[in-house]
Amino acid sequence: MNASGTIGGADAERLAAREAVRDSMAVGIATAAYGVSFGALAVAAGLDIWQSCFISLVMFSGGSQFALIGVLAAGGVAAGPAAIASAALLGTRNGIYGIRTSPIVGRGWLKRIAAAWITIDESTAVALAQPTPRSRRIGFWATGLAVFIGWNLTTLIGAFVGDALGDTRAYGLDAAAAAAFVGLLWPRLKRLQAVAVAAAAAVVAAALTPVLMPGLPVLVAAVVAVIVGLFNLLGSPVTDAATSVTQAGAAREGSPS
Amino acid sequence: MTMWQIIILASIACLLLKLAGYLVPPSLLERPAPARIADLLTVALLAALIAVRTLGVGEAIVVDARVPAVIVAVALFALRVPFIVVVLVAALVAAGIRAFT
Repeated sequence: MNASGTIGGADAERLAAREAVRDSMAVGIATAAYGVSFGALAVAAGLDIWQSCFISLVMFSGGSQFALIGVLAAGGVAAGPAAIASAALLGTRNGIYGIRTSPIVGRGWLKRIAAAWITIDESTAVALAQPTPRSRRIGFWATGLAVFIGWNLTTLIGAFVGDALGDTRAYGLDAAAAAAFVGLLWPRLKRLQAVAVAAAAAVVAAALTPVLMPGLPVLVAAVVAVIVGLFNLLGSPVTDAATSVTQAGAAREGSPS
Repeated sequence: MTMWQIIILASIACLLLKLAGYLVPPSLLERPAPARIADLLTVALLAALIAVRTLGVGEAIVVDARVPAVIVAVALFALRVPFIVVVLVAALVAAGIRAFT
């Protein structure tokens, strides 16, 4: 390799790193903005400010967090087991992301625990969208940390706001919660299979609401996904092992989760 | 179960699931079913939560100001309006309907 080629490669590497950082900050700020709605809705669901903050610190996954407080808002503490199960089921996709981000992160068990903690839609999507190994690593850590810091700060702010509001129904916060779930779902509805599962799950959950204890209709609706996914009903004949990544990318373009 | 117990258990479960991804062999992803089911689980749970949060009040189905608010939210997401704006507008629609009815 000649000298100019080496310099060109280094320039390209620097450019890729800069773009990875820029992507990370954009995604971090956009995601952090909606931590406010989580904080406010958590307090409206009956949690105190510290409980809301604990969830954002340790669970740190928007979809699971909204699911937990959503079920608790409907069923109270009695719906605890269903709330935990809903949050965990929504958290399984982060495990799938981890399989993909694991080689990006590399060795060292402390580093891997920290990486797992911030493995979410956003960090995975930004990392996998970068062109070189180094920029992928930068994208993963910068996005994860930006979202982590921003999300936890805005959760605290939102919890104080929710606490000050009092009667949250008068402010339409219950409708805001439903709208937040629409925002998390929307970017995932790119294929017929997903649309069919969403429609069926919504019908099952609504139909079972008058019959079962709050929280359980959501869990029973999840069975739709297992059946359709297991037999690949309505799926494309070409099996798509990269689905998680496409979904993560979609989530990144549309809304955070 | 107390609220704190629910919160700690759920948070640790989600954290362990993330850690599991760093422990399993990557060959798991070569089989499409696990990845597909995880993706569809996300879709099914979110859709079910939309239905319950839009129509449910405890164990009853109630059609109220949340329904138009969610319809407006769907339209705005289709127009690629940013998340936080849509959530705010949805709250305003529901609050407005409740204030004037």
